[in-house]
Amino acid sequence: MQLNGAEILLECLIEQGTDTIFGYPGGAVLPIYDALYKYKDKINHYLTSHEQGASHAADGYARSTGKVGVCLATSGPGATNLVTGIATAYMDSSPIVAITGNVSVPMLGKDSFQEVDTTGITMPITKHNFIVKDVADLADTIRRAFHIARSGRPGPVLVDIPKDVATAECQFSPQTPSPALRESTRVTPQQLNEAAELIHAAKKPLIYAGGGVIAGDATAELIEFVKIIDAPVCVSAMGIGGFPDSDPHNVGMIGMHGTATANSLATECDFLIAIGARFSDRVISNAKRFAPGAKVLHIDIDPAEINKNIDTVFSLVGDVKKILSLLNPILQKNDRAAWTGRMNELKAKFPLGYKESGLLKPQYVIQRLSELARDKAIFVTEVGQHQMWSCHYLQIDRPRRFITSGGLGTMGFGLGAAIGAAVANPGTPVVNISGDGCFRMNNIELATAVEYELPVIEVIINNHALGMVRQWQTMFYDRRYSQTSLHGKTTDFVKLAEAYGATAFNVTKPVEVDDAINKALALGTPCVINCEISDDERVFPMVPPGAGIDEYVLEGGE
Amino acid sequence: MRHVLSIMVENKAGVLGRVVGLFSRRGYNIDSLSVGASEDIRYSRITVSLHGDERVVEQIQKQLAKLIDVHDVTELEAESALYRELCLVKVEANAAARSDIFNIATVFRANIIDVSVKTITMELTGDLMKMNAFIELMKPYGIIEIARTGLTAISRGGKQ
Repeated sequence: MQLNGAEILLECLIEQGTDTIFGYPGGAVLPIYDALYKYKDKINHYLTSHEQGASHAADGYARSTGKVGVCLATSGPGATNLVTGIATAYMDSSPIVAITGNVSVPMLGKDSFQEVDTTGITMPITKHNFIVKDVADLADTIRRAFHIARSGRPGPVLVDIPKDVATAECQFSPQTPSPALRESTRVTPQQLNEAAELIHAAKKPLIYAGGGVIAGDATAELIEFVKIIDAPVCVSAMGIGGFPDSDPHNVGMIGMHGTATANSLATECDFLIAIGARFSDRVISNAKRFAPGAKVLHIDIDPAEINKNIDTVFSLVGDVKKILSLLNPILQKNDRAAWTGRMNELKAKFPLGYKESGLLKPQYVIQRLSELARDKAIFVTEVGQHQMWSCHYLQIDRPRRFITSGGLGTMGFGLGAAIGAAVANPGTPVVNISGDGCFRMNNIELATAVEYELPVIEVIINNHALGMVRQWQTMFYDRRYSQTSLHGKTTDFVKLAEAYGATAFNVTKPVEVDDAINKALALGTPCVINCEISDDERVFPMVPPGAGIDEYVLEGGE
Repeated sequence: MRHVLSIMVENKAGVLGRVVGLFSRRGYNIDSLSVGASEDIRYSRITVSLHGDERVVEQIQKQLAKLIDVHDVTELEAESALYRELCLVKVEANAAARSDIFNIATVFRANIIDVSVKTITMELTGDLMKMNAFIELMKPYGIIEIARTGLTAISRGGKQ
């Protein structure tokens, strides 16, 4: 059939199984929005308050489902406003397709109104990007974009469509989408046997699971693997949910704010099995002091991650689900009572905890959220102290139930991502745990949550400060609190939330917490819970910069 | 240590930018770079010469291989490959110096491609050592300009 470029784009999205996009109109995407008007029964478009919100929403949609998230923005500022969201998705290997309009082909390169070099700007933060200059290339480009986004190690792909390409017509014939290629594997039986022998020979093995377990849908295989080899499991922030928190082998997060148990075991272990993880600097801290007695076995789909930050003795490159499912049957069952005994000893000695003071504690709020909402909710976070407390105190037992900006550390990510997750999972409440700094950045998206009546609960852990930076200033900059106090900003968040049309509560005392959470969960519409805490709250354990991860500081231990 | 990478890339706009961008943002230094057509119309060959330890070069190769437009990355090692570069050298050459320069050019099998009242311009191909030796010998006459293509390379014998 003869269609214009905009219609071809939408036909291709439908072909790929996309019925949802997050976007913001503008001049260069007028033809696409005109086609969306025509296709409104087939594609639900969610209008955000800002393109950045659309990019995070597409990301939240992708992370909560594993499907490709799609966002749409106009040329110039529309495209640049997507940049933070695309970079966030890139760092955390989240599959999104970003569509941008651009000025017409003859106007490209002439500094036209709202023209930027979108593909140039996004080159380092996309898995790949395209500019389509001929409508005849459009359909196949969109198909390729989806294929690239979800194949191998997932990631964002951007397609830039000049306005005249969106209006030009050509023949379109639908195609069945190609299946995602997770498999880039050339793992041989010999390699698997060798890995199995190394695992069997280890006396003190530790598993370090990352986001690749979730992206690779390998949770069941990992649980089985752990059962067979009887080894403790630590996770990166991205790996939370990939292995159940309730499993007694789980020792929590490793790294700068890792649990004492995870960090100590990493230092004591003789064999480290990294699965779908990339040894980020926030995990390993000082590379020279990381797991000094351990040989490393690295299982990952991306060959470039092997030996990038940490030297390995052995690696298996490919789909982690496939590799674990091949490995599990050939493993010998181990009973490592001495080693798991050490794990339990550390867990008992260094439980996560905090000092009660009678005041409202952030950890308590998050514990109660976990207790009251974990069976039903998806949790999202912003970035900072509240994010680390969430990593510590939320109990997450299923993949894709905890969404956080791990690699880029994007303040302002959470609310948009929560909207995307809520759209993707109808009927599921989505709790975004935020700080007051992050809430200030992108609270405009509350308007989006209100418009679409999404069950998004924004919990502000409000310390009237940029808490994580303030914590560093306390510990490493002699309490010189340069520009981290927000006490001068007197915004009433309850009134602000109400102005957006959301329900809102102030919580200042521990006794008020459960009531507010229960009310919010019962609402099914946007709700803001503003929790007032002290600006002196800090995240512990903490590994000082440059130290080994076993040199963690505990609360009161400075 | 010097390494030479031969990178087959899709023959289309913007690909060179992706390759060069990867080098700069990951902090890999390029000594020289040359680009041109290959035996296959679909691909261009980029030849990159760089310095780095094995670990860095391994990482560069893997990162390059991740680029969608990169078809193949091969390291061409000195023992099993031929390295060549083209160099154009313009030197000051009055009548007195001219025959000396001609003689050196003959030894190096450099072609004289332009002669003016005060200058001679020569074209030389070879590997890096030959190039540098020639340039050293030309310095006393007064080098006006040098233009070099950067290294290109191909594997020896039947190896593809």
